[in-house]
Amino acid sequence: MAAPLICPQTAPAPALFSVRGLRLSFPDTAHKPLFAPAPRIEVLKGLDLDLPRGQITGIVGESGSGKSTLGRVLVRLLRPDAGQVLLNGQDIATLDEAALRPLRRNLQMIFQDPMSSLNPRHKIWRIVAAPLARYANDTSTRNASAARRDQALRALERVGLDPSFGERYPHELSGGQRQRVGIARAIALEPEFILADEIVSGLDVSSQAQVLSLLKSLAQEMNLTIAFISHDLSVIRHLCDNVIVLNRGEILENGPVEQVFAAPQSDITRLLLDAIPLPELDDKWFD
Amino acid sequence: MADVSLQTTPRVRSGRRNLRLWLPLAWITTLGLAALFAPLIAPHDPLYQDLFLERLPPFFMSGTEPGYWLGTDSLGRDVLSRVIYGTRIALCVSLIAATATCLVGSTLGLLAGYFGGWWDRVISRLIEIWMAFPPVLFAVLLVAVMGTGLTSVIVAIALIDWTRFARVIRAETMVQAQMDYVDSAQIGGARRLTTLVSEILPNVLPSIVALLMLEMGIAVIVEAILSFVNLSLSSDVATWGSMIAEGRNAIHFAWWVLLFPLIALFLTVLSFSQLGEGLKQRFDPVLQ
Repeated sequence: MAAPLICPQTAPAPALFSVRGLRLSFPDTAHKPLFAPAPRIEVLKGLDLDLPRGQITGIVGESGSGKSTLGRVLVRLLRPDAGQVLLNGQDIATLDEAALRPLRRNLQMIFQDPMSSLNPRHKIWRIVAAPLARYANDTSTRNASAARRDQALRALERVGLDPSFGERYPHELSGGQRQRVGIARAIALEPEFILADEIVSGLDVSSQAQVLSLLKSLAQEMNLTIAFISHDLSVIRHLCDNVIVLNRGEILENGPVEQVFAAPQSDITRLLLDAIPLPELDDKWFD
Repeated sequence: MADVSLQTTPRVRSGRRNLRLWLPLAWITTLGLAALFAPLIAPHDPLYQDLFLERLPPFFMSGTEPGYWLGTDSLGRDVLSRVIYGTRIALCVSLIAATATCLVGSTLGLLAGYFGGWWDRVISRLIEIWMAFPPVLFAVLLVAVMGTGLTSVIVAIALIDWTRFARVIRAETMVQAQMDYVDSAQIGGARRLTTLVSEILPNVLPSIVALLMLEMGIAVIVEAILSFVNLSLSSDVATWGSMIAEGRNAIHFAWWVLLFPLIALFLTVLSFSQLGEGLKQRFDPVLQ
């Protein structure tokens, strides 16, 4: 009898998030009958997954596969129709906003489009300091607001931005710099979990590499659990410990990156893997 | 992390002059001073009648009398003094009525645009019903019911024109509410009302200011219209609208009675609308 294939170093880490039977649908208003409620489109069809603590889990899939929707359920910008979202064992799937607010400190998010996610009317330091101020205990004294500002500037330094950037407005920064501000805002609260939703898809290749290596080093320093949403498998392979492949609201693959990349279980994963541009020329290419 | 740190570049600011801001501001400041110091500036009592000096032409024509720079009207009252005293009513109405209109309309627009659902349904239906009334008739009706006077004119303007703000600000708020920074504020633990006031409002504010300035111009016109049909203030107060109405009868032989208040009205309305644009350009960090 063969021994069970468990590598000692990848023994399952305790999960930060455990998702069970997650379902979500949106009303299809384009096909709404005149006097009846709109039909619903199922976006997530009963997902079960774990996000191990302190690891980076890639969530990959084509457009419309539900990966962003899944992410937004994890940080509870969306409320699922059914299922459990266990955060440290507590089900946050049905909590209302008031009950979620204290938990949100631990659930931060970096957005795809930093131009849209940074308020164009606020200076950079204020953007980073706003969440700090909301979760601070010592509010409304002059000292406290100066302390918030210092904290924000330290967070900027941590992502490689000079503190003088604090006095600027978002439109005065480059795309890569803006995305660093997005990261600074997410880490400023020292959360346990960060959702990174396609954070490099709007950047040029060299900024992509810088932002990714920054995220990786921060994850190690701060022992972050990260859900990294991307449609780019080469980025996932570079960055992530685990990968979940979604297709039409269902999980096709779920496992350590090496395992999924070496032995994909489904045709769709294989197709996605084949679509990665190869760094060197394949011998068989000319045949 | 030294390999990923970035250099700071000096911030460049364009210092070009903004005539759309400064010219209207100069005219409105002049009006403000004229309104404030009217008794000191005006050469004559705006109500004093002298039938021996009726319909004197302005200073550049022949047959004028010294001291009556812009001539006199059919009752021998000094046109310049009446225009100067008229700024008091014009500015008072434009400031108070436009601000009241702005507060009502913008608040409803923000609530409808951000909270959606029932808020939006109720407020949007209210706007549609309101806009079905012909505005000038509505104003005349309101003043007729409430009685003439400055207060009724101001209330009438606010009651009629709040839809202008509500419609535009609702649409702008809906666009802003889709932006990621709103989700981002929620992720950062902000309450809904905090998000509306501290995140969305600053982005809608340029439109509110531009509309407010436009509304100030409109308020001046509405007051003039109500004066014209004799529904604004009693005839013992000099207003531009009543001067235009009185000058209408003598337009063929004493055109200055009508022309000078009309120019003042025209410049004021134009200044307010240009000031709105100028302020938008000056204070929008993105446009700078």
